[in-house]
Amino acid sequence: MNPLQQFWDSDIAWSWRHSSLAIVSSVLFLIMLVGAFGAPWLAPHNPFDLATIQLLDALKPPVWEVNGDATYPLGTDSQGRDLLSGIMYGTRVSLLIGLASVTLSIVVGVVLGLLSGYMGGRIDALIMRVADVQLSFPAILIALLIDGVARALAPKDMHEVIAFPVLVGAIALAGWPQYARTVRGSTLVEKNREYVQAARVIGISSPVIMFRHVLPNVLGPILVLATVHLATAIITEATLSFLGVGVPPTSPSLGTLIRIGNDFLFSGEWWITIFPGLALVLLVLSVNLLGDWLRDALNPRLN
Amino acid sequence: MKPVLEIKGLSVEFATRRGVLKALDDVSFSIGAGEILGVVGESGAGKSMTGAAIIGLLEPPGRISAGEIWLGERRIDHLSNAEMRKIRGREIGAIFQDPLTSLNPLYTVGKQITETITTHLPLSYSQAQQRAVELLEATGIPAARDRIDHYPHQFSGGMRQRVVIALALAAEPKLIVADEPTTALDVSIQAQIIELLKRLCREQGAAVMLITHDMGVIAETADRVVVMYAGRVAEIGTVNDVIHQPKHPYTVGLMGSIPSITGHKRRLVQIDGSMPRLNAIPPGCAFNPRCSKVMQDCRDHRPDLMGAGVSQAACWLYKGLQ
Amino acid sequence: MFAFIIRRLLQAAGVMLVVGLIAFSLFQYVGDPVSIMLGQDITDEDRLRLTRDLGLDQPFVIQFYHFIVNAVQGDFGISLRQGQKVSTMLLDRMPATLELSLAAAVIALVVGIPLGVFTALRREGWAANAVLAFSLLGVSLPTFLIGILLILVFSVHLGWLPSFGRGEVVKIGWWSTGLLTVSGWKHLVLPAITLSLFQLTLVLRLVRSEMLEVLRADYIKFARARGLTKRAIHFGHALKNTLVPVITITGLQLGGIIAFAIVTETVFQWPGMGLLFIQAVQFVDIPVMAAYLCLIALIFVMINLVVDLLYFAIDPRLRAGIGKVGGH
Repeated sequence: MNPLQQFWDSDIAWSWRHSSLAIVSSVLFLIMLVGAFGAPWLAPHNPFDLATIQLLDALKPPVWEVNGDATYPLGTDSQGRDLLSGIMYGTRVSLLIGLASVTLSIVVGVVLGLLSGYMGGRIDALIMRVADVQLSFPAILIALLIDGVARALAPKDMHEVIAFPVLVGAIALAGWPQYARTVRGSTLVEKNREYVQAARVIGISSPVIMFRHVLPNVLGPILVLATVHLATAIITEATLSFLGVGVPPTSPSLGTLIRIGNDFLFSGEWWITIFPGLALVLLVLSVNLLGDWLRDALNPRLN
Repeated sequence: MKPVLEIKGLSVEFATRRGVLKALDDVSFSIGAGEILGVVGESGAGKSMTGAAIIGLLEPPGRISAGEIWLGERRIDHLSNAEMRKIRGREIGAIFQDPLTSLNPLYTVGKQITETITTHLPLSYSQAQQRAVELLEATGIPAARDRIDHYPHQFSGGMRQRVVIALALAAEPKLIVADEPTTALDVSIQAQIIELLKRLCREQGAAVMLITHDMGVIAETADRVVVMYAGRVAEIGTVNDVIHQPKHPYTVGLMGSIPSITGHKRRLVQIDGSMPRLNAIPPGCAFNPRCSKVMQDCRDHRPDLMGAGVSQAACWLYKGLQ
Repeated sequence: MFAFIIRRLLQAAGVMLVVGLIAFSLFQYVGDPVSIMLGQDITDEDRLRLTRDLGLDQPFVIQFYHFIVNAVQGDFGISLRQGQKVSTMLLDRMPATLELSLAAAVIALVVGIPLGVFTALRREGWAANAVLAFSLLGVSLPTFLIGILLILVFSVHLGWLPSFGRGEVVKIGWWSTGLLTVSGWKHLVLPAITLSLFQLTLVLRLVRSEMLEVLRADYIKFARARGLTKRAIHFGHALKNTLVPVITITGLQLGGIIAFAIVTETVFQWPGMGLLFIQAVQFVDIPVMAAYLCLIALIFVMINLVVDLLYFAIDPRLRAGIGKVGGH
């Protein structure tokens, strides 16, 4: 049996195949992924190319409404930019930041967790203390603080350049404690195993071998944490952008689009804020559903 | 006299995503009043499953697929949950393995006993409390009147199991299902608990189904014993007979693998292979791949329990014996 | 037990000190301390004099000490944006935020806990599944989007409820409350629901998963084997054991409400501390940022302390001094 067949037969693939929710959310997520990262090729218009924007086409409603225009299926904003394209590019920004911060968070968390578990003693106590304190503060507050401080420290013209790294860093920093805890727990378990004790007796200290045993054990829980974290990261970024302290306006994320559209809520052009909102909800929902399914699938139930 | 408990042809199935597994296959035995029946076998042989089926607490997707369970004059395997609830505690008591996790850590011991009593017996709360103190005293807990207000974590392991026994006997059931009652205890405490169980059950005239993998406990305590293998009954007989004159090859191997301090030293018997998993039970007799006396019949037809001298064994070796 | 309290208080003081350090660093290294203290328009001469007077040429530690002394008395200087005393501004807006947060917390608990218990006990049926679907949606909807949607439906389309501000408030001493007027209540509805939704779904899921976990425990199995009634098992044993960890985690979540108030206040233009903070971040108004940070840290630390004490009071195992037992 080749590896692909083996995988298809495995427990997790079986569980996926039989959960309509998992299939639907995977497909949804895939669609958004393709739409987002394929935006430069797939989007009907380019909302950043000033030459292609027609002010005359501003504030057009979606195609199924009275004044709708088929070239702009979801309508346009106040500058005449196509909403569908804007959403695709916006999703790309949101996804990029979400994925980047989760990855960074995992790296930091895993390293610190390994360090904490292996070294023990004071380093362990310190890292865990920081993790505890940090966990008691909500992520958004931490992200806001870091963002605010960075904004204050950097001169105005640097703002755009550093906005992305700061945002990613801020969201990542808010999330590492969870990973660190999990990895630390697993490291402690491995540290107490006989083969490590035996190696110590002989005189070898074997961190590398130990980590090789730790990592397969934590892969599952980390994956589950990561999906939840991705959803939170996307929401956090959207919230920060909505508040005006997130991504710079030159590369708007879904949060920025919603903020811009908010001003038009009362004058009746509801689509400018609702469609980006819908995209955001669908994105987060698909990630959450996948995370839920993953958690159930990886849970040792039937023995 | 009808036996307190009678099981006829009990089968329990599990529907899993890879098909239906038979956890119990055509199990039959009975327990008389005041009798202690040991149910012995390896992990996974189906002992606890039988106990769970009797008290009606099979975890879904497990379900009783065939057979009957009779409690005295009454058939209980098909009763609704509500009806079963009235039987549990009042007519059948249960004791589980780990005394620490069996007790709710947030309730005092007294509250848990009193609650059980008032659920089943028409006593007032204060009467129930009085009875709770008496129960604790009967199970050998010193200063019962004070300790009634203590929490489970304030008792030692052996004391906790005494509390559990008190709880199981609170409503004076006529059958006790004890699932590995001493396995989680220190060896020194095990004997005390077993003695206590034996004495209290004799006093109340209750029948006991003692589930364990420890033959030593069975030898000390039980009157008769059922040997289980892969969800089936391999042998039934009195404790003396089964231990000293085992009939089924599996039982022979089991007895031979127990070291003895007395008698001459001999090499411990080891049975090759291991008990088959539920999804890989061989056709015919479940033990045939490991049996030193295997015959062609064993591979083709499954043996029912048949007379084998003083005991009964599910083995073709005793075909036609009377 | 006493030692435990002392230890926690020391820890709390430690955290506050660190937070104070961060806030102080904000003052020192971000922007110009003198202008922060006195505003932007002062002469060079004054600046030199004040630098000496204010001790800004003194070592770090001494300045930090002064900062702490001031902070403890609630003096954080003057807002760069408004020119007012920061402490006055914060105190002015505190009732708004606290009332909103309290309303949201009450909704989250009063609705979330029963729904969580309901979905744990009733695994089948359309009602339970509907609640679960709703909870999934609640976790996937960012707070600001909920606010916008509510405004769209109830303000723009139906015109039933107002969409910004606090309505009429009544001043009782220093506290201004919106709870004594009809317009105050009307203005409170949408923001409170918005703020509570996320927490509500978290509480719901938490209660549900805790209860499911508890229902699998051995002592529940033993309780069933003893023939206890369903009501005794579910609402006596299971519920009590569920609420113990839930109470503590919920207490910590309450802190999240105060943090998310920032977003809600922005959407609804609710005149609270959160809105003040956001404006401060956008404007780089250091004193306000620092003050808000310290205040929030204080609230969090206090919540943590109260929750720890609560845990102690409820779980008899801890009272016996065995130490923290996290299991069931």
